[in-house]
Amino acid sequence: MIEATGVSWRYGANPVIDGVSVAARPGRVLGLIGPNGSGKTTLLRLLYGALRSGTGQVMVDGDELSALPSREAARRLAVVVQETGGETALTAAELVLLGRGPHLSTFQRIGRAEHEIAARCLTRVGAAHLGARAFAQLSGGERQRVLIARALAQQATHLLLDEPTNHLDIRYQHEILHLVRNLNTCSIVVLHDLNLAARYCDDLVLLDRGGAVVAGTTEEVLDPEVLEPIYGIGIRRLELDGAIHLLFQPVDQTTDERSAA
Amino acid sequence: MAAALLEGQKDLLGVAAQRRRTGLWLVALTVGLVLTGVVAVGSGAIGIAPASVARIIGHQLVGVPGEVTWTLPQEAIVWQVRLPRVLLGMLVGAGLAVCGVALQAMVRNVLADPYLLGINSGASSGAAAAILFGAGAGFGQYALPTSAFLGALAASLLVFLIARSGGRVTSIRLLLSGVAVGYALYATTSFLIFASGSAEGSRSVMFWLLGSLGLARWNALLVVAAVVLGGAILYLTVAGRRLDVLALGDESAQTLGVSPDRFRMRLLVVVSLSVGVLVSAAGSIGFIGLVVPHLARRIVGAPHVRVVPVAALLGAILLVWADVVARVLLAPQEIPIGIITALLGAPFLVVLIRRLHATGT
Repeated sequence: MIEATGVSWRYGANPVIDGVSVAARPGRVLGLIGPNGSGKTTLLRLLYGALRSGTGQVMVDGDELSALPSREAARRLAVVVQETGGETALTAAELVLLGRGPHLSTFQRIGRAEHEIAARCLTRVGAAHLGARAFAQLSGGERQRVLIARALAQQATHLLLDEPTNHLDIRYQHEILHLVRNLNTCSIVVLHDLNLAARYCDDLVLLDRGGAVVAGTTEEVLDPEVLEPIYGIGIRRLELDGAIHLLFQPVDQTTDERSAA
Repeated sequence: MAAALLEGQKDLLGVAAQRRRTGLWLVALTVGLVLTGVVAVGSGAIGIAPASVARIIGHQLVGVPGEVTWTLPQEAIVWQVRLPRVLLGMLVGAGLAVCGVALQAMVRNVLADPYLLGINSGASSGAAAAILFGAGAGFGQYALPTSAFLGALAASLLVFLIARSGGRVTSIRLLLSGVAVGYALYATTSFLIFASGSAEGSRSVMFWLLGSLGLARWNALLVVAAVVLGGAILYLTVAGRRLDVLALGDESAQTLGVSPDRFRMRLLVVVSLSVGVLVSAAGSIGFIGLVVPHLARRIVGAPHVRVVPVAALLGAILLVWADVVARVLLAPQEIPIGIITALLGAPFLVVLIRRLHATGT
């Protein structure tokens, strides 16, 4: 359970996140959605402590995050950030094994148990064959899957992902999110694609520039009347085989073009 | 299932092969280090056969062989002069190499080393201040290494503060502020030595700028050995996983359970302590800390648990050979060892720059 109350962040004088409260409940996937520049990534970084909010607090399973020792925090939160480690000389397997660090004492060596966990996690993201390859030489999508394997190897009680589907082929976009959903861990995912959010998230937090927020179940938040003013696009919602699908079409394209000119 | 996976596909992760490889390298380098030691003790203005060297050392250490088949001057040269010198060379080489490894992980730049980051020059200033003005006299016989350590620590903190002022610490800012601080402190050290009129004293400007193993004595070796073996090499090997994580970036480090600021601070203290002790014993020797980490990574891969011990052995071997060349090339005249390491290191740096350009990073 991650519970943030009244957290804020500003870049210069502009508040990006202003007194936002978020609750990610156990066993559920929470999606953070919103247009570009609405502060999705900033909010996620506040939730895993890369940014320290001047207001409010972030609680992880009842403890304040900023008060947790870093090793304990890493046992509770596994994070996949966008595009990291591009210049490392480690192999993919070595990078995944680093996820075991928070569970090992300083003098403990990496042993067979760790190797098995790493192999299993790489297999789960379809990257077992990449283990011995240099991470820096992998494609963007392959890297993303290896980083997700590292987060899985961390076996934390919460999983936080910043646009995990970036760089991925459509098949892996679904496989990764399907995997996250079936972990039954408390997960928070920043997503760009509303249809992926519709299919894989239980709850959503919708951010808008200036910090306005709509929070609720996926069913409640993916309401065209809520989304249309924030995204500035016409939305039709279909229910197909019990799943929500959103179709987009520009509203008043002609008036928009005129006002832009 | 995963167990079967590991068995079935035979070393799916490539870890077993890498371990074997590292083990072989460690054995080979250890043998190489011992051979290097014996040959190096035998070479110099007066050559002594490796067999005699081994016998003299054996006789002194464990009393075997008991029968003396060598002359007394030979024994004095081997035991009083050359052996401490070679051992100091090994410790200095190993220490500078692992400090380079730590700094490269810490600032995430392949061009980092104690010399370029100005830490050596800080140690020189501290040590020179101790000699010329009696700074740190309260530490007794440890006054010299202590004030060198404090100088190194002050210089590295200054470099980090300058790099941090006005925003984010980037490796290019770190290197530039390191170069600036380095030049300023070397100039200060040299100025102090000339101004004090004791330029011909026990340690000259040449010693601080280019280093020398000529001052090696048994009684000074103990501190150096304790700091390099027990401090730098052991600590950095044990902290290997955290170095891996720190090298990924601050944010990744934090999410993997390592507090980057605190760990970096500890590393700075360990590196400053090592560099302080090494510089007060052997002056400022460049390029070992820069070159050796790359060689080590090339042969055993990136994880620091492997890189640190391999770099230590490689650094020890390289520096002892550099010293042999320094002693033999223009014998009986001795060339400052920093000239030899620079001659070996500079071409390597050029290769490195070309490769950096090619990969666009």
